[in-house]
Amino acid sequence: MSAALELEAAPALEVREVAVHFSGLVAIASMSFRVPEGRIVSLIGPNGAGKTTAFNVITGFLRPTKGSVLFRGTDITRLTPDRIAALGVVRTFQRTSIFAGCTVFDNVLTAMHLQGKAETWAALLRLPSARRETERQHVAVREILEFVGLTHRADELASNLAYGEQRLLGIAIALAASPKLILFDEPAAGLNPSETEEFMAVVKRIRDRGVTVLLVEHDMRMVMSISDLVVVLNHGRIIAEGPPEAIQSNPDVIRAYLGQGVKRAQA
Amino acid sequence: MTTDRMTTDRMTGPLLGWLFVLVMAVGPLWFGDLYVLHVLTSTGIFIIGAMSLNLLLGYTGQLSLGHIAFFGIGAYTSALLALGFDLDLGGSEPVVFGPKPVWVAFLGGILVAAFFGFLIGKLAFRVRGAYFVIVTISFAQVARMVALNWVDLTEGPMALSGIPPLSVWLPGQGVVPLYAKEYNYLIVLAVAVISFLVIQRLVDSRVGRAFVALRENEPLARSVGIDVTRYLVVATVIAAGMAGAAGGLYTHYIRIVDPDVFLFIYTVTMVIMVLTGGKGTLAGPVVGGLLFGIMPELLREVARPEVQWIVYGVAMIVVVFFVPRGIVPAVGGLWARTVAKRERPASATLVAGKETSA
Amino acid sequence: MAEFLQHCVNALVLGGTYALLGIGLTLIFGIMRVVNFTHGELYTFGAYMAFVLGSLLGLDFFLSLLLAATLGVALGAVIEFVLLRPLKGADIDTTMLVMIGAGIAMQASEQLTWGGVAKMVPHPFPPDPLVFGPVAVAPVRLFVLGVAVALLVAFYLLINRTRLGVAMRATFQDPDTAALMGVNKGLMYTLTFAIGSGLAAIAGALLAPIFLVYPTMGDLVSLKAFAIVILGGLGNIAGASIGGFVLAFVEEFGAGYLSSGYRDAMGFLLIIAVLILRPQGLFAAKERIG
Repeated sequence: MSAALELEAAPALEVREVAVHFSGLVAIASMSFRVPEGRIVSLIGPNGAGKTTAFNVITGFLRPTKGSVLFRGTDITRLTPDRIAALGVVRTFQRTSIFAGCTVFDNVLTAMHLQGKAETWAALLRLPSARRETERQHVAVREILEFVGLTHRADELASNLAYGEQRLLGIAIALAASPKLILFDEPAAGLNPSETEEFMAVVKRIRDRGVTVLLVEHDMRMVMSISDLVVVLNHGRIIAEGPPEAIQSNPDVIRAYLGQGVKRAQA
Repeated sequence: MTTDRMTTDRMTGPLLGWLFVLVMAVGPLWFGDLYVLHVLTSTGIFIIGAMSLNLLLGYTGQLSLGHIAFFGIGAYTSALLALGFDLDLGGSEPVVFGPKPVWVAFLGGILVAAFFGFLIGKLAFRVRGAYFVIVTISFAQVARMVALNWVDLTEGPMALSGIPPLSVWLPGQGVVPLYAKEYNYLIVLAVAVISFLVIQRLVDSRVGRAFVALRENEPLARSVGIDVTRYLVVATVIAAGMAGAAGGLYTHYIRIVDPDVFLFIYTVTMVIMVLTGGKGTLAGPVVGGLLFGIMPELLREVARPEVQWIVYGVAMIVVVFFVPRGIVPAVGGLWARTVAKRERPASATLVAGKETSA
Repeated sequence: MAEFLQHCVNALVLGGTYALLGIGLTLIFGIMRVVNFTHGELYTFGAYMAFVLGSLLGLDFFLSLLLAATLGVALGAVIEFVLLRPLKGADIDTTMLVMIGAGIAMQASEQLTWGGVAKMVPHPFPPDPLVFGPVAVAPVRLFVLGVAVALLVAFYLLINRTRLGVAMRATFQDPDTAALMGVNKGLMYTLTFAIGSGLAAIAGALLAPIFLVYPTMGDLVSLKAFAIVILGGLGNIAGASIGGFVLAFVEEFGAGYLSSGYRDAMGFLLIIAVLILRPQGLFAAKERIG
């Protein structure tokens, strides 16, 4: 199946001419791309290209100066992060982001918030419906921990986990919100090769469950091996878009990354 | 943690709790000393306040330093409703509110305090961190100024006095006012137990986990769909209502209320109770409250009242420096370590147990 | 009209000391991210030192002012060294709680040492007010205003024209980068806290001969100082100076024309109003997510 064909189908996510200016500074000049349903799409680019900014715009943490973001055809540009999450768009964070003071189990249980309905009065009266809901969620939490391979750490405080385990917990938290589209912000940063392998397997399994994946990542080996589609961002603009093989040989992309290499050498 | 220990914890916790309540209910009455009863009643009222503060400070992580305002608003509202009052709303005749039954007044105090909690909760999301702290302090100060200056309503520094005590309806005798210290003590104990149960149930629920998520990591909480604004308001409303209940108990027990109930030092007292006992733990405010409720009475014998405040100030610093998580978690951790040491030979079952527990 | 001008003069005198309190606090908050709840107690400390030196020891009035300020600087340095330095890197709530504890202990100590009876501090100025047309002002008040303005100017020069000032501003902007550039962060924090404390102490010492000196005089001062800081914008020294005068005018006119009972509430109402209406203008920088 060609990438062009996929783009014809209704996309899970559509970013339309989004621009972000920070007090005169242009973080994103104008960005448009689509994420097809059920695929793994990677957003790559040199440091400072605007990738994290793009994530913040998509998930509602940042209002764009211009443009709009559509999820399955619904405009989500002006929604708050929790409303966007409720629609099924869930992100992870670049730096490790967990509920550090809670157990691994409670981390995931907390993140099941959207799957619950019990409100204050139900909790205070200990209604049977609330109790059943809790029981159901306990089962679901164990499934998710099994899925990412953290079952044996369930009762540990999240802050006591090793770095790689915390990254996995971050994924478990995002999965608990039952995403339709999941956004990973540099998930492999700081992982050793075997942990990266493990992570890639998890991402593929997530996709195989029918969840669309948008990835920001620096590890090119990983990007090229798991992505269905790659979008390249440089200086706040999209300079290339296509399947991994096409991107690897794209002269603009090579130049962008080479430029960064030169700068690094000078510094 | 093994499955066995989980179940024993689940059993012994409430058992010890109810045993404690029983001892507190029977012990002081059996002992019969009215002064001791008075100290315990005031301590109990403060513990309810500290528990409500803990909901904000310990669970949602919001440092509200105007908490005494809710207590004072509850106290004044309950007193005024029970006494009856005139309100000059600019019309030709002042609106007259007749005296209401004490329990209706008490409930009114809770509701009005909760309403102000709602306002502060709404505000909390616009102003955060140090600004929120200053705003809450300012709110309590303004409340005190209003109580001092709206003399027509509050009698100002002259204080509202002659407030009726709480009462009970008995068949054949009708409404009987409860003047005796014993009854007031038992009512305070009952309200404290109810407050504890409310917080316990809330914390161990979807709502309580949303509170903790807000404390632990707000962006992450939002990213998994928790409407943090809403839950912050829920927390402040409940905390304020509970503090208002404590204020109502105070007003009908002491039966006089003046603008000094709004003093910053009382918020600080509650903060010290929560921090010392352990913020974000259920038992923390109770332990801290008992400690700092009873300590001044012991100090009174040997030192001037200023010494009490010096001790409070130093205690606050010492706790933050050396027991930052408070007594309850520190003791709990010590206990867990001792148990773990004793159980080490059985570590193989410990690992196996992990799969099934949680 | 005469009443109006009289209020203006009173507000100016009060505003000078408010500005001193405000810039001390804005400096500490801006550079150290510490909400200093001992600020009001340092103000009280300054006032008591003026009383001890001027009244009990019979030192020269001006000398006792100078010494009171110096002692305030020293006490500030001690507080920073003992209580804040060990907490390096702690969050704002933690340091705030420690400062509240310290403030309570300080106030109770003052109460224990001096008792609750208010003290008077003598001054060498003639008691008869100077009359300018419709306005009368006591010479001592003019002196207070003069010293306050002189200190504000001196402080402005310190921040903008000296190497110390450059280092402070650099630390304010970005403590880590400043440290890389060779600024001694620890020393900078101690100096910041000491200078801020000294400003609070001199404000207390200056007002001591005008108002009475009593242990709880600093109670509202910390909070008023925060009102000033918030009005002026966080870490904005010029803003804090202006904020000091704004608060003084609001209090003076609010008390004069609205209700004297609510005089001390004005500042708080002002803070609440400012924070409700313009919270976005008060945050330094938006936090980056991710």
